Amino acid sequence: MEYMIVFKETQADFDRRPDDAYFGAWGAYIAALHASGITKGGNGLQPPHTATQVRVRNGQRQVQDGPYPDTKEHLGGYFVIEVPSLDQALEWAARAPCASTGSVEVRPVLPPMDIPHAT
Amino acid sequence: MNTRAAEAAALAARDTYGRLVAYLAWRWNDLAAAEDALGEALLKALERWPHDGVPAQPEGWLLTVARRALLQSARHEGVVQRLADDPVVRRLLPREGDAAPEPFLQAHPIPDNRLRLMLVCAHPAIDPSVRTPLMLQAVLGLDAQRIAAAFLVSPAAMAQRLVRAKQKIAQAGIRFEEPEPADLPQRTHALLEAVYAAYGLAWERLGGTGEQAAVSADLAAEALYLAELCVALLPADAEARGLWALLLFCESRRAARFVTAPDGSERFVPLHEQDTARWDHARIAQAHALLREAAALGRLGPYQLEAAIQSAHAQRAVTGRVPWGGITELYQGLLQIAPTLGAHVGHAVALGTAHGAAQGLAALDALPEAEVRNHAPWWVARAHLLEQQRRWPEAATALRHGMGLTEDPRLRAHLWYKLQALQAAPVTDMPA
Repeated sequence: MEYMIVFKETQADFDRRPDDAYFGAWGAYIAALHASGITKGGNGLQPPHTATQVRVRNGQRQVQDGPYPDTKEHLGGYFVIEVPSLDQALEWAARAPCASTGSVEVRPVLPPMDIPHAT
Repeated sequence: MNTRAAEAAALAARDTYGRLVAYLAWRWNDLAAAEDALGEALLKALERWPHDGVPAQPEGWLLTVARRALLQSARHEGVVQRLADDPVVRRLLPREGDAAPEPFLQAHPIPDNRLRLMLVCAHPAIDPSVRTPLMLQAVLGLDAQRIAAAFLVSPAAMAQRLVRAKQKIAQAGIRFEEPEPADLPQRTHALLEAVYAAYGLAWERLGGTGEQAAVSADLAAEALYLAELCVALLPADAEARGLWALLLFCESRRAARFVTAPDGSERFVPLHEQDTARWDHARIAQAHALLREAAALGRLGPYQLEAAIQSAHAQRAVTGRVPWGGITELYQGLLQIAPTLGAHVGHAVALGTAHGAAQGLAALDALPEAEVRNHAPWWVARAHLLEQQRRWPEAATALRHGMGLTEDPRLRAHLWYKLQALQAAPVTDMPA
């Protein structure tokens, strides 16, 4: 089963990012994740203030800088992993450094859609 | 049933609750009905005792009211015949509408059926993952919400698991009777395992502050109570004493397991680095005494061996050193009867410390790769032994790997701290 594990960090986490211990913990976690051979890709992301939101309303494109306001936790990164069951996915989610400060969302990946002419 | 009110009353008399549920469940052979009836009786007590005063025999009062509730529900279900053999029920019948319960207990002291109840909760037909929750509810009267908080699942999910387990008890015809003597050791082992699981769950999350810490401290206290109860109910069982001793050793180190940084965050302290002045020496003495009593019973088992390993570590408070050779032998004994991954890793560390890191590393390497690959303690043990061999870069790599597999931020902080020291090591170790 493929799962996406989505890391949600608090603003305090983002502020701690340059901190050796916090960043070191992420480095160790991602290295262990890769070493286990279950990763199908994923990345850490730049902090939320670098985000740009796009909406199309009434045919008009609306562009806005920054993250959605009023959220305590922001997307900080994601991985897609291939593991036998949800239990293992949850175990990896719990090991993420932001699990004890923010949260980690685990979602099964949809099977590929049956799109004609898709490769 | 309003479980919150029942809990308030039950916490005041934890001992009474377990006894009454055990007795009622045994008499009616229906755990869920027994709990409901006692819950109703506790509610009535909360309602009446503030006005009427606490009765002279509170247990007898509760039992009488609970029996009446059981009888009423039994009548609705048309199974009164089932109860016809119960002389006490017959005595109750004409008094059913009477609000003043009889002083039942003076004439009929309640036999202690809690062992039967606990054995039912840990019955082989019950899913192992629900045995501990079931015991916490049936014997201690904890409500599903509190149990759910301890097990980190939603209250609804926990309530559903408990209901299903009780249905299973009823449907599978699990009787509230003593098992056959031949089955008893196996059945008591499952019972002790369920108690151990309760403590293990609390242990991982003890310390710190906040709601979760309070839940863990509560659960640890409940598990210790259950372990003590097992010793009382199984006086001839050496392993029950071994388990209680083991939990007391662990409990004695609660205050020494973490240090608090200036920013308020906590860092884990490994056993052999703990400040022994912060250990609870009264608990250690109690555990030692229990372990001696267990040894006198002459039936060795895994809990006694684990407690003996803890006892050896506790010697450091007196002698200033850890008897690694003795610990290695105890682990070898443990591996013969209970070869868990944790025991293998513990053995490798003891072996490597007592007889040279190479032997310990060989023991670690002998474990199946698939089992240890994502097991943080294996990597940390490996780092520790590599460090003894002054193979700094390899030790750092293993430590970093272990850190990446660690869930507890306090443990992660400790590993980070060690990693920093390790990465500084080659510089300080190099000849000038």
